[in-house]
Amino acid sequence: MAQLVDARGLSCPQPVLLTKKAIAAGQFPIEVLVDTVTSRENVRRMAEASGYRVEVVQVGEEFKLTIRT
Amino acid sequence: MSEKLTRFFASRWGIILAGAVIGILAPLLQKLGNPPNMGICVACFERDIAGALGLHRASTVQYLRPEIMGFVLGAMIATYLFGEFKARAGSAPIVRFFLGMFAMIGALAFLGCPWRALLRLAGGDLNAILGLAGLATGIAIGVWFLKSGYSLGRATRTYTAVGWIMPLFMLGLLLLRIFQPQFSKDGPIFFSQSGPGSLHAPLLISLVFGMVIGFLAQRTRFCTMGAIRDVILIRDFHLISGVGALLVVAFIMNLILGQVRFGFAGQPTAHSSHLWNFLGMTLAGLAFALAGGCPGRQLFLSGEGDGDAAIFVLGMIVGAGFSHNFTLAGSPDKVVEGAVQVGGLTPAGMVAVILSLIACIVIGFTMREKSAS
Repeated sequence: MAQLVDARGLSCPQPVLLTKKAIAAGQFPIEVLVDTVTSRENVRRMAEASGYRVEVVQVGEEFKLTIRT
Repeated sequence: MSEKLTRFFASRWGIILAGAVIGILAPLLQKLGNPPNMGICVACFERDIAGALGLHRASTVQYLRPEIMGFVLGAMIATYLFGEFKARAGSAPIVRFFLGMFAMIGALAFLGCPWRALLRLAGGDLNAILGLAGLATGIAIGVWFLKSGYSLGRATRTYTAVGWIMPLFMLGLLLLRIFQPQFSKDGPIFFSQSGPGSLHAPLLISLVFGMVIGFLAQRTRFCTMGAIRDVILIRDFHLISGVGALLVVAFIMNLILGQVRFGFAGQPTAHSSHLWNFLGMTLAGLAFALAGGCPGRQLFLSGEGDGDAAIFVLGMIVGAGFSHNFTLAGSPDKVVEGAVQVGGLTPAGMVAVILSLIACIVIGFTMREKSAS
């Protein structure tokens, strides 16, 4: 069961903080929903810098990031 | 191609490029006529706009600064070219308006936004060190609130026309700057005849430089507040490398252009009242952190359709009106018969900084999500 982080409508750094919290909870994969390119890049950069694999899919005008170990 | 460019702008080199370009263009703008150590200052320039419109009557700081309009319009062009324009609004607008006012009261106590703090330092004004230390302190307090669950809530998608309001307002200001109408005898639009407001680069250069910066900063998400916040909050050095590039390049440019003079006393449009330089920027830093962006970033966001950032910008412009009408802004050091008279704040200005700080702290404490740990 994937952990879901719904960060749509939130501005930075909140999407990053929520994702970090989910990572700390330790249950992968984590699915993060964001609705701006800024949040997408920030979450991706943080997760990749922490050594996780990130996959991005565009869903309509929003993005779903899947974070795996 | 567009995706490749997006990844470049999001990279370390992208943000360094944005900082370096600001570091080149700001000292050039000074050389071309903008005030000393004020090649670009978002707070000062919004204050000048407030003055030109007659929202305050401080006759030395009134001018419709095309750089500000360029920032918003350049950012808007960038978002449309890359298909990212997205109108959104509704995340506690009234709070953002007041945060904008408080931010401006703090910035004008110091006499500059974070960009100008960097540019002042790059010109040798050592008072900027106090300002930057205050800025970092304010942001650190903001980070503490963020960690304890502070949030202004979600914005929602809205009509595209909502996102167009700020760019159209800027276009209107630009037309007023071009045609310079006078609405009544001794009335607005006001343009300073002396002082910093009378010093400006040619219109077209200011506008184009502003648009170039707006474009690059939108693509790279350049933000001075975010830079310091990310270092404290998540040990992320991405944004701060852009801020570092700005400082280093601006210093080199100032050396080349002969615009460096080291010292505390008698620096251009600055005062050496250390405590209030520090506290003014502590206030500004906290307000920026609570609102999610430095004044520059708020302009770029309002160009990409963020109605909440636009409200913050309007709060800053109105705050500038209050700041000068109520004599809350810092007065620069003066040289009288060869002796430096230290400027600083009036008692009203000191009270305003303290009350605004308290208001920001109350906002931080009372707007935390219950579910947050």
